Amino acid sequence: MSKLLRQSFVLLLLMTVITGVLYPLAATGLAQLIFPRQANGSLIVQDGKPVGSVLIGQSFTDPKYFWGRPSATTPNPYNASASSGSNLGPTNPALTDTVRQRIAALRAVDPGNTAPVPVDLVTASGSGLDPEISPAAAQYQLARVAKARGLGTAQVQALVSEFTRGRQLGVLGEPRVNVLQLNLALDAHRFASSPPRGED
Amino acid sequence: MTANDYLQIGLYLAVLLLLVKPLGAYMALVFADTPNRVTRAGGGIERGIYRLCGIQADEDMGWRRYAGAMLLFNVSGLLVVYALQRLQLWLPLNPQHFGAVSADSAMNTAISFATNTNWQGYGGESTMSYLTQMLGLAVQNFLSAATGIAVLIAVIRGFSRRSASGLGNFWVDLTRSTLYLLLPLSLLMTLLLVSQGVVQNFRPYLDVPVVQTATVSEPVMDAAGNPEKDAAGNAVMKPVRVSTQTLPMGPAASQIAIKQLGTNGGGFFNVNSAHPFENPTPLSDFLELLAILLIPASLCYTFGAMVGDRRQGWSLLAVMLVIFIPLLLACTAAEQAGNPLLTQLGVDQHASALQAGGNMEGKETRFGIVDSTLWATATTAASNGSVNAMHDSFTPLGGLVPMWLIQLGEVIFGGVGSGLYGMLAFAVVAVFIAGLMVGRTPEYLGKKIEAYEMKMASLAVLIPCALVVIGTAIAVMVPAGAAGVANPGAHGFSEMLYAVSSASNNNGSAFAGLSANTPFWNVLLGVCMFLARYPLIVAMLAMAGALAAKRHVPESAGTLPTHTPLFVTLLACVVIVVGALTFLPALALGPIVESLSGH
Repeated sequence: MSKLLRQSFVLLLLMTVITGVLYPLAATGLAQLIFPRQANGSLIVQDGKPVGSVLIGQSFTDPKYFWGRPSATTPNPYNASASSGSNLGPTNPALTDTVRQRIAALRAVDPGNTAPVPVDLVTASGSGLDPEISPAAAQYQLARVAKARGLGTAQVQALVSEFTRGRQLGVLGEPRVNVLQLNLALDAHRFASSPPRGED
Repeated sequence: MTANDYLQIGLYLAVLLLLVKPLGAYMALVFADTPNRVTRAGGGIERGIYRLCGIQADEDMGWRRYAGAMLLFNVSGLLVVYALQRLQLWLPLNPQHFGAVSADSAMNTAISFATNTNWQGYGGESTMSYLTQMLGLAVQNFLSAATGIAVLIAVIRGFSRRSASGLGNFWVDLTRSTLYLLLPLSLLMTLLLVSQGVVQNFRPYLDVPVVQTATVSEPVMDAAGNPEKDAAGNAVMKPVRVSTQTLPMGPAASQIAIKQLGTNGGGFFNVNSAHPFENPTPLSDFLELLAILLIPASLCYTFGAMVGDRRQGWSLLAVMLVIFIPLLLACTAAEQAGNPLLTQLGVDQHASALQAGGNMEGKETRFGIVDSTLWATATTAASNGSVNAMHDSFTPLGGLVPMWLIQLGEVIFGGVGSGLYGMLAFAVVAVFIAGLMVGRTPEYLGKKIEAYEMKMASLAVLIPCALVVIGTAIAVMVPAGAAGVANPGAHGFSEMLYAVSSASNNNGSAFAGLSANTPFWNVLLGVCMFLARYPLIVAMLAMAGALAAKRHVPESAGTLPTHTPLFVTLLACVVIVVGALTFLPALALGPIVESLSGH
C-alpha cells in the first residue's frame, strides 16, 4: 500500500507539472508566436487603442446602428465578463412575452416596416455575446439605419456586404454579418466623407 | 431540414470515419504489450517518469491492484482540485482576485472533473483563477480521460488474454495515454483553435470602451454583498452608466483542446463552446465537434485490433452509428422546424439563403441550427457535455434527444474509454440474452460468459439507471430540489431530470436554467457523479479479471458470431430497450407532455 501511495503521489505531481504547467506554457508560447492577434482576443484597434473585439458583440439600441442579437447577460446586455443564455424553455410564457416586446421595439423605431422579423433578431443568443446577425436580420434593418443616418441604402448595403461572411470553406456554419465592425464602419463613414443627404 | 444541413452532417461523419482507422491503429500500438516504434520514440521520457515514481513498468497488476491504483490516483487528484479552489485567493495567477469557492461547490467541482463529468455549477470567468483552471481543472481533463482509456484497455485485455492473472499496469496505461495520445493531439488542436480566434494568454481581463453607452438599472448591494431591499421587499435599484465592456482573457485554447478530446466538456467560460472566445468560427466548431467523437470512435478500432478481429470493433461502431444518426436527424428536424409560438407573433423562422431560421433561442448565429444540433447530439452521445447552444431552450422534442442519449448510459460513443467499456457490458448482456434464446452457454470473443461476468455487466448497466431514477425522485420530493427550477411546468421537471441524468452518466451538460449551485444540488449531483464512475469501473475491472483468467473457447457451430448485422441489431435493441423501459415514464412527464401541451 505504501508503495502504491508513493507511486500515486509522485505520478500525480509529475503529471500536474507536465499537463498543468509545461503544456499550457508551451501552448501559450507557440500561440503568441504564430497567432498573436487571435491569441489576445482578436482586438479591433483604432488610434493605437483597443475599441472592442471582432468576436464579442456589443449592445446597440439606437436606430442609427444595426442591432445585434438580444443578449440575456446580467446586469446589462453583452456583459462579456458573465456570458449567459436566457435558458428560457420553448413554452415558457416569459419567452413569448420577451419576444413580443422585442418585436414592438423594432417596429417602434421603424414603423413602416411590416415584414416578418428574422428569428435571430428577436431571440437571445447562447452566449449573450454573439457578434453576428444573419444577413436577413441585416436586410430587415437596412432601410432604418440608412434613413437615420441620411445615407443612401446602396451605401449602407455596400458596407453590409463588406462585413458579411459566407459559410466557411463554402460549407461550414451559416452566413453572417459582424455587427460591431459594421457599426464602427458606419461611424467612420460619417467622418470620412460627408454623405449626400436625402439621396436614395 | 435544408440541403446544407445534410451536407454538414455528411461531411462531419465522413471525416470522423476516415480518421477512425489511422488513430485506432496508432492507439493499438501505444497500448501494445510489446515494444514498438511508438513506445520507443518516447521511451526516454517514459522511463524517466517511472524511475522518479518508483514504478516497475513490467509489473502485471491483477484486477484488484489495478482498481486500487486507479482509485488512489483519482481520489488524490480530486483532493488537489478541492484544495486549489478553497485556497486560490492566497495562490498566484489570480489577477481577478477571485475568492475561495464554497465548500459544497468545490466538492462538487472536484468530483465532477475527476470523474470526467465536468458538470459545472459555477461560471468559469467569474469564479476560477487561472491557477485553478490550469493546475486543477485542466490537469484532471487529462487524467480523467487517461483513466477512462486505461480502464478500457484493461477490460480489452480481459478478453484478449488467456489464462492470465493480470490486466496490465495502471501507471503505464495512464502515462502512455497522456504522453502519446492526449498531449500531442491537444497541442495540435490548441494551435488550430487559436488560429480561429480562441484566446490563449495570461493577461488580465481587458476593459474596452463601448460604441453606444447605455444606462441600466442594477441592484444596490449592501456591505455583505447582498441586494438591498426596500420596505415592500423589492430590490433597490440604481441607474448605472455602462461605458466599457470587460473582455475575459486567459489560457483558454489549451484547456478547450483537451476538454473536447478527453470528452470532459467543462468550459473555460460560463457558456462553454457557445462563447465566441471558446468557439469563434464554424471551422473551430467543426474541429471541436470532431474532437468530441474522435477518440471514442477510434477506440472501437483499437479494440478490434487488440482482440485480433477488427470486425468486432467495426460492429460496435456500427451499433453506435445506428442509434446516433436517427436521433441526430430527429433533433435537427425538431429544431429546424422552429417554435410555433413565435410564428404566431410574426417571427420569420424559415430557412433561406439569408438565414438559418428555426428555433434560434439560445443558439449562435454562426452555428445556426445544424451545427447546434450536431453538437448537442454528439456531446450527449459521448459523455462530453460541452455545449455550443443552450439545451434548455431547445424545442421539447429537440431537447428530448440529448437527454435520452445521456440516459442510454453513455455508450453511444460515450466517454473516452468509458463509452466502450460500457458498450462491452451491454455486449455481454446481449450475448447472454441471445444464449438464453437458443439455450446455449453464451460466449463473447472466445470467453465463456458465466454468472459472475453477468452480475458485473448487469451492475455496470444498472448503476447509472438506478442513480437517475432515485436521484430525480429525491430532487422532486425535496423543496430544495424544485427551488432551483427556472422554467414553469413540465419543462421544470425536465431541468431536474436532465441534471440528474447528466451527473449519473458522467456527461456534464445541463438544462442550464436550473440553479444548481446550491448545497442540495451540489451534494446530490456530487454523489451521483462519484457513484456512476468508480463502482462501475470496479465492476468492469472485476469482470475483466475473471475473463482474463479463463481459457479460450474455440469457435464452434453453436457460437453466435458477434460481427454480423444480426448481432449489431440485437445489441442496438438491447441498448434501446434498457434505455426506453427505464426512462420513458419519466420522459413522458417532461419533454413529451410539454410537446403535447404547448406545441
